[in-house]
Amino acid sequence: MAEHILLRHRDIPDIDKLDVYMANGGFEAFKEVVTKKKPQEVIDIVRTAGLRGRGGAGFPAGVKWGFLTPDVYPRYVVANADESEPGTFKDREIMERNPFQFLEGVAICCYAAQAHEAFVYCRGEFWDLAHTLEGHIDQLYKKGLLGEKLFGKDYHLDIRVHLGAGAYICGEETALLESLEGKLGQPRLRPPFPAAEGLYGKPTVVNNVETLTNLPPILSRGADWYRSIGTEKSTGNKIFSLSGHVVRPGNYELPLGTTFRELIFEHGGGIPDGRSIKAILPAGASAAILVATDEVLDTPMDYESVRDIGSDLGSASVIVIDDSVDISWLTYKIIDFFKHESCGKCTPCREGTYWMLNILKRLQDGKATSEDIDLLDSVANSIVGKCLCALGDFAAAQVVADIARFRSDFEAHAVDGK
Amino acid sequence: MLADNHRSEIKAILEKYPSEQKRSAVMPLLHLALQEYGHITPAALVEIAELLELEPTEVGSLIGFYTLYYDEQGGKYRIQICTDTPCALRGAEEFAEQLCAQLGIRFGETTEDGLFTVEEVKCLAACDRAPVFQVQDAEGIHYHEDQTVESAMALIQEIRKRHKDG
Repeated sequence: MAEHILLRHRDIPDIDKLDVYMANGGFEAFKEVVTKKKPQEVIDIVRTAGLRGRGGAGFPAGVKWGFLTPDVYPRYVVANADESEPGTFKDREIMERNPFQFLEGVAICCYAAQAHEAFVYCRGEFWDLAHTLEGHIDQLYKKGLLGEKLFGKDYHLDIRVHLGAGAYICGEETALLESLEGKLGQPRLRPPFPAAEGLYGKPTVVNNVETLTNLPPILSRGADWYRSIGTEKSTGNKIFSLSGHVVRPGNYELPLGTTFRELIFEHGGGIPDGRSIKAILPAGASAAILVATDEVLDTPMDYESVRDIGSDLGSASVIVIDDSVDISWLTYKIIDFFKHESCGKCTPCREGTYWMLNILKRLQDGKATSEDIDLLDSVANSIVGKCLCALGDFAAAQVVADIARFRSDFEAHAVDGK
Repeated sequence: MLADNHRSEIKAILEKYPSEQKRSAVMPLLHLALQEYGHITPAALVEIAELLELEPTEVGSLIGFYTLYYDEQGGKYRIQICTDTPCALRGAEEFAEQLCAQLGIRFGETTEDGLFTVEEVKCLAACDRAPVFQVQDAEGIHYHEDQTVESAMALIQEIRKRHKDG
């Protein structure tokens, strides 16, 4: 097994203790940037490394930071720890087991963005985790790694934890900012993007926990080293959260470009109970289902390749589905999720998810006709591209792909079934 | 009043945010009220609104929007079972139904002793350790992973015993 860059607790016991983290090079990268580098140099290194956002969108982090409106202060950094995508449980493991690397990443990002204040927005369910994290942050103040005049330089930094209260939509960065401002977590119209007008209307960087955790190793080992891992356009390691019908579900840190087959069959131990694999959800509920053909299984999991086969890598929460599963039921479960989590702001999403669920329920109850399957498809197509955020699009794309790729599973429920 | 018992906590919460942005404190204050009263009481809602110079309806809308806030009394312990897609693939729906049957209640209902309310929730980011539930009570929220009906019932009996022994 190759060295872990992110899940370092798997190689180094007790790295969740500050002295152990520091004995293993912890906070040297942060010290180095504050004492020896200009913020723009840090941005350039991260851009050269090719680090892409690990929350789902895959947008290059260094480029995102480069969009900050010049000369407007204060600026903020917000760590998106609202991990709520079905099948995703990687940020939780990072923050629970390797918390100081994450916090050092937040600190480095703040320095690069010339921010003096950061918020870690944890989903409300991470109650214990959030409180433990606050204790870790206190230790950083005591060690002089946060607070005033860091490393004798004129740089000061505060990090605070903010606890949400249960809303998937707050993982969307503008909804998260609304929530952090004490409002309903509903997405904003963009532009302006958060880099121009983010938290309290100020330039703000919002990055996912895993993205930020990549920063200390990138800054200490350099962009070239980072680029040597993964593929040309999808650099570095990624944590794949593997769940569903696999022998060994869990998080696996592997280079981007690892195939589905290697993840599911080598690392995950294959499909239990002598069954065979039917389908894969490569990014939880938020990317189109894939038929588990040999071609799909041999596809490298990087942002480009997964898109080329008609889906998305997203947050890389790979849900494995065996041949016992009826895909129309799976669609029902996923749309039940999206209907519940739709924030209600945009009518096509609010009403569309409601009606899609209605039809899917009718189908599950054996009360729908095959015309209803076409109706379902048409409702889905009426949502796409008409909302402020991607939630409605994700729901619609799932329905469209599920029907296109597994239509017979839907037809089997129709009263006039073929 | 929330302020009677929690003056220093309220001060610490307000200090986390820029002084001209105190509306940001509304979510932690609602969490505090929830811990104190078990649900957000009308009086606590008004108190929080006044503290932050908001309309009570603005605070009230948050209670409806976020799933972890409640404006009605439920069981002292809310058992929130994830039955979302990845957990459902690993038997969470059967687990949830069997646990409800053991407790003699349906989803959303509270046991006769007033201790437990069972609810179905969406993904808790613990999909590799399904079945999983969280328990929300006056102390906060705690996860219970890799559960069976037996292990869940053992936890429930332990809590019941604790209350009986007072």
